[in-house]
Amino acid sequence: MAKWVPSGELDFDLRPRTGAASGGAFTRESDSVVAVTIAAPARRAGSLSGAAREDMFVGYLFVLPTLLILGTFLIWPIIQTFWMSLYNWDLLSQERTFRGLQNYRLLIDDSDFWLALRNTVYYSVGVVPTQTILALLVALAANQRIRGRTFFRSAYYFPSISSSIVVALLFMWILQGGGLADWLLSLTGVTPPRPAWLSNPNGILELLVQPLGWSLPEWAIGPSIALLSVMMLNIWSTIGSMMIIFLAGLQDIPRDVYEAASVDGANSRQAFWSITLPLLRPVTLFVVIVGVIGTFQVFDQIWMMTKGTAGTTTMVYKIYSESFGGGFRAGSAAAMTAVLFAIIFVVTMLQLRFFGRREA
Amino acid sequence: MATVAVPRRQAVAHTQGEEEGPQIAGVVAYIALVLVAIIMFVPFLWSITTSLKTNPEAAQFPPTLLPRVLTFDAYQRVLTGAPFFRWFANSALVAGLVVLFRGLFCTMAGYAFARMKFPGRDALFMLVLATMMVPATVLFVPRYIVVLNLGLVNSLNAMWVPFMVDAFGVFLMRQFFQSIPYELEEAARIDGASRIRMFWQVIVPLALPAVATLCIVAFQGSWNNFLDALIFISGSNRDIFTLPLGLAQFQNFYYTDWPVVMAMAVLTTIPIAVVYLFFQRYWVEGVTHTAVKG
Repeated sequence: MAKWVPSGELDFDLRPRTGAASGGAFTRESDSVVAVTIAAPARRAGSLSGAAREDMFVGYLFVLPTLLILGTFLIWPIIQTFWMSLYNWDLLSQERTFRGLQNYRLLIDDSDFWLALRNTVYYSVGVVPTQTILALLVALAANQRIRGRTFFRSAYYFPSISSSIVVALLFMWILQGGGLADWLLSLTGVTPPRPAWLSNPNGILELLVQPLGWSLPEWAIGPSIALLSVMMLNIWSTIGSMMIIFLAGLQDIPRDVYEAASVDGANSRQAFWSITLPLLRPVTLFVVIVGVIGTFQVFDQIWMMTKGTAGTTTMVYKIYSESFGGGFRAGSAAAMTAVLFAIIFVVTMLQLRFFGRREA
Repeated sequence: MATVAVPRRQAVAHTQGEEEGPQIAGVVAYIALVLVAIIMFVPFLWSITTSLKTNPEAAQFPPTLLPRVLTFDAYQRVLTGAPFFRWFANSALVAGLVVLFRGLFCTMAGYAFARMKFPGRDALFMLVLATMMVPATVLFVPRYIVVLNLGLVNSLNAMWVPFMVDAFGVFLMRQFFQSIPYELEEAARIDGASRIRMFWQVIVPLALPAVATLCIVAFQGSWNNFLDALIFISGSNRDIFTLPLGLAQFQNFYYTDWPVVMAMAVLTTIPIAVVYLFFQRYWVEGVTHTAVKG
């Protein structure tokens, strides 16, 4: 049995070989082979219906587990979300009462919901551009031909593979009052924030305008120091995987494009702005979309580090506290889930529309 | 299959900045890389050294990197204060089952979607693809109800049954199978092999590198899965906890006892670090595949 040996690691572009290697060579050999090739189509035509029937049967058999699992644990829950959002249910009893759109209507007046939404937007707007730009810079640096390149890549990626709980613990230790972060800050002469990072509810915009004697309305104080701390953690732990994606994109840019540019007298800065960046556009789009979807789903770190206190309640944390985290209002939580779905969908579509179109 | 060669990307890698001031660009890049590496590594390094400190020393300000007195006391307290091995075994069992079934089911579905003709195939594939866009994390409330109705809540089964398949895996495998030449299957067919035999004897051996990528992604997801553990099994007695849930609960009890908490964190990280060291290549491929080629 011939074994296919991959030429490179996971080289997916193994194309059917053409020319003499395929069937064409047979007919020239001898009459008997000609006879075989003539006979073969007839035999295959006869067995094709059998093969087709087999394909149909085996095909369904092969996709059945996938459809069953995805249907039960993903597609059905999606449908359930919308259905449940019309009911009142405490997650424990058998009793469910129909409420129509009441759960949605109540969200409009729920200031905690708006706070969660606002925090999620802060989170996303703060984290995604920062991690995208940093990851690109790190990828550009790691794409240089220098010693230890592989080591650096592995090192950067390591936080991405670690458990979110472990990473949260590391940062809880770093950010505790009198911890590493405070010490590093005090070395630069800056007074560490009090209360300590993760328990500090003061908004950063508020802190900025405070010296001027101004005060801001509650909704405009900006993300709290605590939320900012979790955002920093998120940036730190995600840069690695974003960098790997950028690196792959960088290495897919054909070398001759740069050579042609340098023949035309372009320096490396010009090459970056007019070759690298435009050609990376699809990859950047992917990184941004994945980043936005990821930040809209942040939960583990919030649960672990602040339990939603000090101005760190985000959408998924709010959905959790509305349901399992003590609220036991499954209908209302489902309504929030539906709203979050809609937001993620619209934001993703907008990104595809505005940033995806100009590519190619 | 010991034939996997050098990562393709590195083989064809090119570098920038060679044309103009290669030394300066190189030095700047190098300093930047070292700085970032320090930022990435220091928290882990410090967690290891903290786990080897005595309690008073760990609470010192300013914090010291290296322990003055080296002690394994914290590790001993983890192993006696929590059913660590139990949690470890639970996590390993669950991750093993997820990897096994996901490897199998995604490969089967990917092959069927790539190579077999049956009515509704493309529509079904689009459906699978569409689920990739859904932020599944958010679904824990309705998912809980399904898991509850199936009688899986507060049992370890809740941690692997729902995760036996994921759309990304199916997509990855379909991409892979589309790149395999038809001749191999035709040869097997002429030999009279059935589809199923062909699948096991020709297709699966070819697909092993891609399956490895798939399995790594599955392992990482399962090993680190916290939210589902919190929703599905945190109400049970702690003997069926998985490691992330156990670690989170452990921290609740020992929250000021940093050496113990860090020791537990280190023990939780070691298995995934080992897997990462051995299978890095597949891991990276899993991350980049959809982004660049998808």
